[in-house]
Amino acid sequence: MQIINLEGTEDTPKIILDKNNGIFEVSGRSLPEDSAEFYQPVLDWLEAYKEEANSSTDFVFKLEYFNTASSKLILDLLSQLEEIEGVTVHWYYHEDDEDMQEAGEEFSELVEVPFEFKTY
Amino acid sequence: MKYIYELHKTMLARNLILVYEGEFTQEITKSVLAMAERNMDSMGEESGIKRKVFNVMVECLQNIVKHSDDFSKQSEQKPTAIFMIGKQDNAYIITSGNPIKNEDVDNLRSKLDQINGLDKEGLKQLYKDIIKSTSLSEKGGAGLGFVDMARKSGNPLEYDFERLDDQYSFFSLRTKIAKE
Repeated sequence: MQIINLEGTEDTPKIILDKNNGIFEVSGRSLPEDSAEFYQPVLDWLEAYKEEANSSTDFVFKLEYFNTASSKLILDLLSQLEEIEGVTVHWYYHEDDEDMQEAGEEFSELVEVPFEFKTY
Repeated sequence: MKYIYELHKTMLARNLILVYEGEFTQEITKSVLAMAERNMDSMGEESGIKRKVFNVMVECLQNIVKHSDDFSKQSEQKPTAIFMIGKQDNAYIITSGNPIKNEDVDNLRSKLDQINGLDKEGLKQLYKDIIKSTSLSEKGGAGLGFVDMARKSGNPLEYDFERLDDQYSFFSLRTKIAKE
């Protein structure tokens, strides 16, 4: 599968999706002008990955900030992960960022995917 | 030339650290955010409140951007809006004002009243209900932004509508983020 490797910008997150090396990561800031358009390639990639997923997938979220429009797309992304065997979501939050911790907990209540919470 | 001094005095009296009036776009949003962040950094602001202020600013600014899209399609007049940040001893005040269509006033008012009637748990539940039911095409609308602002602020969202003419009203919104 092709690798998705997007550099982060001041309003879009860094995204790496690399099946062969087992790296799946969304990090940084997410407040794009059109979040649906921005996340579509990611959702498409996961749609294809579903068909040939690795035996285990460790998906890392290390977000510093995301807006509400992005939160909807993150939920869509997590819903895709729900359909893949052996997925674990690693939700990182800054140690004093209770809001990011709570956001992760809320997502974990909305989808049937195991979450591990970690601070950085 | 007197208005310059008057404006200066108003800004000082209201403790306004940033005022922007004009057209709102994603590029403007990024610039305003960068300025406000630099400002808070230089004052040595604590990271928790900085994050909350940033959060509320983004939702507020992007609401206006989304809304001005509706306008420019159909009317020749480019609507402008205002965005302000005030800093008090124990709180930040984020305010915005933008024209909206009269037909949207009732809907917006009831949405804000609903949000203001909820406590912390109620807001959390409403957030989850909206995020679950909103479809992708709706561009993150449906009031998720206001719910998030209320959650981050921990205070009611103060608002007002001033009728401009047959078509438009001016929507003012004021969000207070208290320092812990």
